[in-house]
Amino acid sequence: MNELIKIVTQLLSDKTIGVFIGYEKGSAGRTRALFARNADQAQKLICDDTCTQNLAGYLLKPEIKKLGRIGILANIPALRSIMQLASEHQIKDQSLLVLTANSDGSLTEFCDFHSIEKYLETSDVNITSGEKEMIARLESMTTTERREFWSREFEKCIKCYACRAACPMCYCHRCTTDVNQPQWIPVASHEMGNLEYHLMRAMHLAGRCINCGECAKACPMDIPLNLLTYQLIEPIRENFGKTAGMKADAVYALSTFNPDDTENFIL
Amino acid sequence: MDKEIKILKYGDLPKLIGRFNSRGFKVLAPVRSGTIVEINPVGSFEEIVLDALLTRQSAKKVAFPKVEKVLEFDILKKGVVQHPVDPEACPETLLFGVRPCDACGFKSLDSIFGDTPADQFYLKKKEKTTIISFACTTADEYCFCTSVGGGPGNTDGSDLQFTPISPEELLVEILTDKGKEAAALFGDLLTDASTGTDKSQHLADVKVVFDVKNVVDKATSSFNDTEFWLDQSLRCIGCGACAFVCPTCACFDLQDEQNTKKGVRLRLWDSCGFSLFTLHTSGHNPREVQSQRWRQRIMHKFSYMPEQFNGVGCVGCGRCSRACPADMNIKEHLTSIAAQ
Repeated sequence: MNELIKIVTQLLSDKTIGVFIGYEKGSAGRTRALFARNADQAQKLICDDTCTQNLAGYLLKPEIKKLGRIGILANIPALRSIMQLASEHQIKDQSLLVLTANSDGSLTEFCDFHSIEKYLETSDVNITSGEKEMIARLESMTTTERREFWSREFEKCIKCYACRAACPMCYCHRCTTDVNQPQWIPVASHEMGNLEYHLMRAMHLAGRCINCGECAKACPMDIPLNLLTYQLIEPIRENFGKTAGMKADAVYALSTFNPDDTENFIL
Repeated sequence: MDKEIKILKYGDLPKLIGRFNSRGFKVLAPVRSGTIVEINPVGSFEEIVLDALLTRQSAKKVAFPKVEKVLEFDILKKGVVQHPVDPEACPETLLFGVRPCDACGFKSLDSIFGDTPADQFYLKKKEKTTIISFACTTADEYCFCTSVGGGPGNTDGSDLQFTPISPEELLVEILTDKGKEAAALFGDLLTDASTGTDKSQHLADVKVVFDVKNVVDKATSSFNDTEFWLDQSLRCIGCGACAFVCPTCACFDLQDEQNTKKGVRLRLWDSCGFSLFTLHTSGHNPREVQSQRWRQRIMHKFSYMPEQFNGVGCVGCGRCSRACPADMNIKEHLTSIAAQ
């Protein structure tokens, strides 16, 4: 912890970075994002096992980018988000200063995207057993049961868009749901509006979601939205051999075309 | 009217709910729904959860639902024929077991929707709603009602308030004419309270953490301090969770949903936290960045509301802080504004 404060204080004082995105103690025992811009603020940095939020969602926010070069304490989901954002040309190599806390508490600084790729190769990026269990439960349902499950969940949705705002991959300047000419998705938080919004969002994250679960954690109505995108990860891997957020130069499975692509799924 | 004080036995609550049900009231109360407690219609007392500190969403949805039809229309060759929706077409409702802060939230909504032009969709529903609040015997660190003029036993906005004064008894305060009418439905279950019955000793202890007058003054005078608002809001991710769970946030959007033959006009919750909220057709956005939107949220509640109506537009329930994915804690922010 002290090592982190020391490093960040140095980085800020020699102006290597303009802001460091890390964690601080929040309210009611929560841990939250901290944007350290000077040595005083850096004193509040913490680095422990409560630092689970994926901070990569802040990297593309205009007001944060304006603060200068960004340093970030990236956990595994954040590192994968950075890789995915890089592959989508949203972050340039070496534009960020990326630190990660290793399981033994030591810190690693990455000099470039390649070193992050190497680090991720040896990291556990699998989903938890609890998540696997939930997915298995969903997959064992009949189509009708599954539809009922999601209908009940979506009924709770108030369309606050916290899921979208918390998602590091939902960075579109104008989300499909905000477009009104034509109006693709009903604005209302009624049955159809909620269903179309969540399915649209899940489909747009197919092959891009790095399963950090921020969408579900952000939901004030406790909708397990991560299960929607998780369920798309395996089919994408099976059909296209891609896992999101592992390579900075990966091509996005659903937006590339090769003349020798198999077309056996076209009827 | 002068307040009346009575005693009701806990054991008689099922009867009380039964009376309202059989009188044709739609009874809404906190009920468990999956992992959360929400205000929903109840058939019997057994479904009601009275020990939850707060429901996830506020009570505002009773009179200001997230989606509400305000007009129907037919699209004919000769033009559009409108079919108005009758605002009176709402049932007599009992809102039972909400907290004093929720009841108090309706006072802000009454001012907003009652202002010219009066919003009949809200007002009629509110008019037909009787509110029985339960005073708070517990609070958590997000609560700050006492800092914004409320309190765990505040009766503003309630028609009746029940305070648990022993494991068996509730102190009943009959506060309004509507409350008196409702109490008549269960008058036989009420007994006189002994003189000097004091509810305050049974209430939660919620410490005052800031002087609200300071918040109003400092928020207003800091309007142009962009650094200050940026500092406050860097963590904000720009969703609408705070506004949608807030008992006093009243902003809405109107959307037409139609096919080639007919359509409906819907009134939907909206939030000043969204960038789209102020986006002009020209592409210009007067609140271009999140710090300006956060400032608007604070200014509306602590500067514009006191200026326009009576009092601040915040009841200190802390729902926004609990719901915030980024831990924007309004109590903390207001404390720092007051201390500026």
